[in-house]
Order: sequence, then structure tokens, then C-alpha cells
Amino acid sequence: MWKILVVDDELIMRESLAAWLMEDGYTVDTAASGQEGVELAKKTEYTIYFVDLKMPGIDGIETMTQIHKLHPDAAVIIITAFATVDTAITAMKEGAQEYVVKPCSPQEISLIVERIIHLENLERENKILRKKLNDRYTFHDIISKNPKMHELFALVNDVASLKSTVLIQGESGTGKDLIAKAIHQSSDRSEQRYVAISCAALAETLLESELFGHERGAFTGAVNQSKGKFETADGGTLFLDEIGGISPKLQVDLLRVLQERSFYRVGGSKEVSVNVRVIAATNADLMTAVRDGSFREDLYYRLNVINIHIPPLRDRLEDIPLLVRHFIERISFELGKSVSGVTDGAIARLMNHQWPGNVRELENSIERAIVTCHDGVLTEESLSFLDGDQGEEEGAMIPGDMSLADLELRAIKATLGRTSGNVKEAASILGIDRSTLYDKLKRYNLRR
Amino acid sequence: METIAECIENIIGAPVHMLEDLDEPMEAFVEKRNQWDSSVILRALIDMAPPDALRVLGVTSRDLCVPVLTFVFGQAQLDGLVSIISTARLKPEFYGLSASPDLTLERACKESIHELGHTFGLVHCGDRSCAMSLSTHVGDVDIKKAEFCRGCRSFLRDRVTAALADESRPGREKQL
Repeated sequence: MWKILVVDDELIMRESLAAWLMEDGYTVDTAASGQEGVELAKKTEYTIYFVDLKMPGIDGIETMTQIHKLHPDAAVIIITAFATVDTAITAMKEGAQEYVVKPCSPQEISLIVERIIHLENLERENKILRKKLNDRYTFHDIISKNPKMHELFALVNDVASLKSTVLIQGESGTGKDLIAKAIHQSSDRSEQRYVAISCAALAETLLESELFGHERGAFTGAVNQSKGKFETADGGTLFLDEIGGISPKLQVDLLRVLQERSFYRVGGSKEVSVNVRVIAATNADLMTAVRDGSFREDLYYRLNVINIHIPPLRDRLEDIPLLVRHFIERISFELGKSVSGVTDGAIARLMNHQWPGNVRELENSIERAIVTCHDGVLTEESLSFLDGDQGEEEGAMIPGDMSLADLELRAIKATLGRTSGNVKEAASILGIDRSTLYDKLKRYNLRR
Repeated sequence: METIAECIENIIGAPVHMLEDLDEPMEAFVEKRNQWDSSVILRALIDMAPPDALRVLGVTSRDLCVPVLTFVFGQAQLDGLVSIISTARLKPEFYGLSASPDLTLERACKESIHELGHTFGLVHCGDRSCAMSLSTHVGDVDIKKAEFCRGCRSFLRDRVTAALADESRPGREKQL
């Protein structure tokens, strides 16, 4: 049921307008002053506010301003018996949806109300449809309509119930942690703990203690026995992020836990058994690390029982509009900013960006744009900082003494790394034939 | 008036009694608009309504208005006792056309059952052919029929039956 508030200090005016609107089936409240109208608006959100311009106390414009503070999207119609061009301009500039001169024709009032209700209906319908669309493209907080991502979601569902270790690979900012959480939440361990640790963030000794815990007196400062992440996650899932950077000693320890499902706390002699599902993630090319000897091959295969590769954002550009709208909705709410949309030009600008930092970079960029946005809609101008970022990145990527051949070699290596050695995909990204890429691999003595 | 009464009896389903002619109260006259304030006339109708009246409909040839609107074809107390219609803007001659008493009468019948429908709690109907559809122009009156759509008819039947069975009569409060 649509609710309308009529604010007018003249009883016969507000009563006659209210009676007319009630005959149309609307629920109508009336207020005899701007202050009373604002008080009613605090308690109830009306779809339409008819506000008289000239009232003792706070006038119609001020009443409208206060109503808009409470309900930014409220449709306010300013009504007046003393119409001038100036008051009409002021009313519209201050945010009035319509400006009506009393007495007005029944047709005019009827059309205005019908139009606003029609728009309101469309907006509600739009919200419902957008939510349905988002639900369709949302998998455990991951938004995508990209076919490869949907295959990945299906894989997550398939492997969730298994105990097997999972290795998630993908560039920084692609959402490896979200996939790990999705696996946990889809598994029968979802009621148990999900524990995450970033292996790159801690020094070797500290990481060892964090993972396996320690006994009292194991090292200086170990005044109490402490449980590590493996014990904390017993029965649940342990997510080891940035696994590529762990030391050779920890690689041995980790391999042992994965094989034996048991370990010793630092400084301890008692074996601790755990039932933990391990999910590891890395943005590094672990296979290359295995080849150059910095990562144990046996650990690699132990971790890589199920491999999930998350494509970078530049390979799923169709997700950018969806992600942008999702971020605008969430971030503007969190920041208390009323940013409601984005122009087509801004979307095109975002889709032209390379996004080396992937979804995380996109999210940060949208936040930056929202913070500096003043007109409620993100435009190309709101994203002008992207031009500078891109320029700096490109400049930083190319050292001054680099030859064209070096640059080509670097591009081929990086692309093969991203495609996990898939020559066809790498050739497509590099924009050359597969046979040309094979020639270049031979010339640069590169292995796939 | 007999035709309007007959139409009401047929469509609303309640007996109609006609009262003596009355003059509009002079305080309802809005000099600067040369119109009559229908809200003021409705208040006068509440005062003179016979105690046993289920509903009251006034019919006038005066051009009616309410303070906020330039004109009204009629007005009613929603879910209340009284209602009124004006034939002034239902006449073709008001729009510079040749007089047609039959057309005026047909329009008056439609507006009469429309306003009485409001007194029984009906609000405007989205069905353009239903008597309860909103008319802001005389063309809208011509589009609709002098009868209710299925939904409005069913609602009205229940309300009329209940009202006829109820000894107490509806709101005689002066608030419109």
C-alpha cells in the first residue's frame, strides 16, 4: 500500500487533497506544519510527500531538505498558491520532484502521482530483478557469469565433500581465499572451524610455531603451551595462503603432516593427530619453483591433488559490470555515501583497464571513486586516477636497459606462467600463432 | 432525477427516496473562482440527512471545486454518509458542443454511482470501463460504463448488504 503525506498549514487544503488521494486508494496522513511533517517522516517512510511552500515555522523547502535527509530517494512535490519562476527554480534545484500551483487540475495531480508510483514500481521491480540476477551469478560471495568461473564453482561443489588436499592457483586479488571458504562452506566440515593463515606474512620460526603450536619452554617467551593452527582447525579446514614462500624445513614438516595426519608441537615429543582438510593457495608458478628446486616436488604433488585455477579478471571482463554494481551497493552503504549508479562510459573505462591486481584492485578503485564522488553516479572522470596508475605500472615494468628481445622473453614467460604452460592459451593472449610461439620457445630455449 | 434514482436502485441495490429540492448553502460559494466548494456542501448534507438514510447523494447544476483542485465532477465521504455530483461539466455545452440531455443524464448516472461507491468504501478502480475508474476529464466519464466491474461489484454487494442490515448509520462526522 502506497503512503502519502500531505503537509499544509491550511486545514481545507490538506483535507481536500487528502480526501482526493484517499479516493484513489492511497493511505494518506496529514501534517499541519513542516515540523510535524518531518516528525511523521521520522516514523514512517512515505512514497510521496506533498509539501506546501509557504508555512509558518519551517517552510516547504526546509521541510523538503529535512525529509530528504531522512529518506534521500523520497519524492517531494512542492505545492503553492503563490507561484513565481524563482520559487519554482529554487524548489526544483533543492530536489523537488514536481512543483504544483494551487488550485491544480485533477488531471495534473493524478498524472504526477501515477508517474511517481509507476517509477517507484519500476525501481522496486528493478531491485528484485537485480537481486535475482546477482543470486544467479553469486556463489558463496563470488560474483561471476563467466563460463570458466561457473565450471570452477561446479568443481568446488564436486570436491567439497572429499578429504583431498586442494591447491588453488591464481594471481593476486583473484579471490583464492573466497574459493577456499566456499569449499569449506560447501563441505560436511562447514559446522567446524575454518582457519586461515598467510604463510608469507610470518618468519620461518614463527610460522612453524603458528602452524604446529609449541610446548612450554620451547623457546624464549614460550611461557605456556600453545596450540597451532592445525590443532585449532581439527575437524575443519586449514587454508594455507601463499604456500609458495615457505622454507625448505617447513616444506618437510608440512609434507609429513599431509602424509601422516600427525605432527609434533615445537619443543614437544608427543605426537598430535588431527583430522584437517588442507587447502593451499599460491600466486606463484609452483611447477617452475619445483623445476628450479625451491619447492619440493613431493609436497607439490601432495598439495596438488585437486587443482583449481582462478582466471584473472582481464580474462573475464564480462564480470566487471556485475562486480562494479555489487561494490557500489556495498561500499556506498558502508561509507554512508549515496552513490547509486555508474555511467556506461565509466564501465567501458573499467573494462579497458588491465587489472593486474584483479578483483581486489577493482574493489579498491571503486572505493576510491566513491569517496571522491559528489553527484551520486560514478563517471569516467571519477576513475581518472586509473590513467595515472596504468602509466606508472607500465613504466615501472620496463627497466631502462631492457632490449626488445628481453621484453618479449619476459612477456612469454609471464604469459606461460599465467596459463600454467598452456601454449594455445598463451599464444592467444600474446596475439600470435601457436606455431610462432613454439618457434620463440625454441629460440629462447624455454620449456613449456 | 427519476432516471438517476432508477440507475442507483438497479446498480447499488438499495431503495432510493428523493427529498425536496434544496438551495446550496451560500457559504459554499467561492466568489473569486465563481464555483461552489463541494466540501462545504457535503457538510450541509450531513446536517440535513434524514436519520434513517443509509447514504445521501446531492445532485447540483453548480460548478463544483475543492480548495486544492480547479474542479470536481463530484465528491464523497470515503466510507461515509454523503456524496454529491455536479452536472455543470457533464453537459456537452460546457465544452462548446450542442446540448444533449441524454448524454448528460448518462454521465450523471455514472458519476452518481461512482460517488456512492466511495461512500461504501470503494476506491478508484484500474478497470477503465468500471464506474469506479477515476475521471479527470469528461472523456474519461464517457469511456466507463454505468456499472461496476466484478471486483467492485462483489465488494459493494457485501458492503450494501451489511449496511442495510446494520441499524446504526455510517459516519455523520463532519470531517471529509
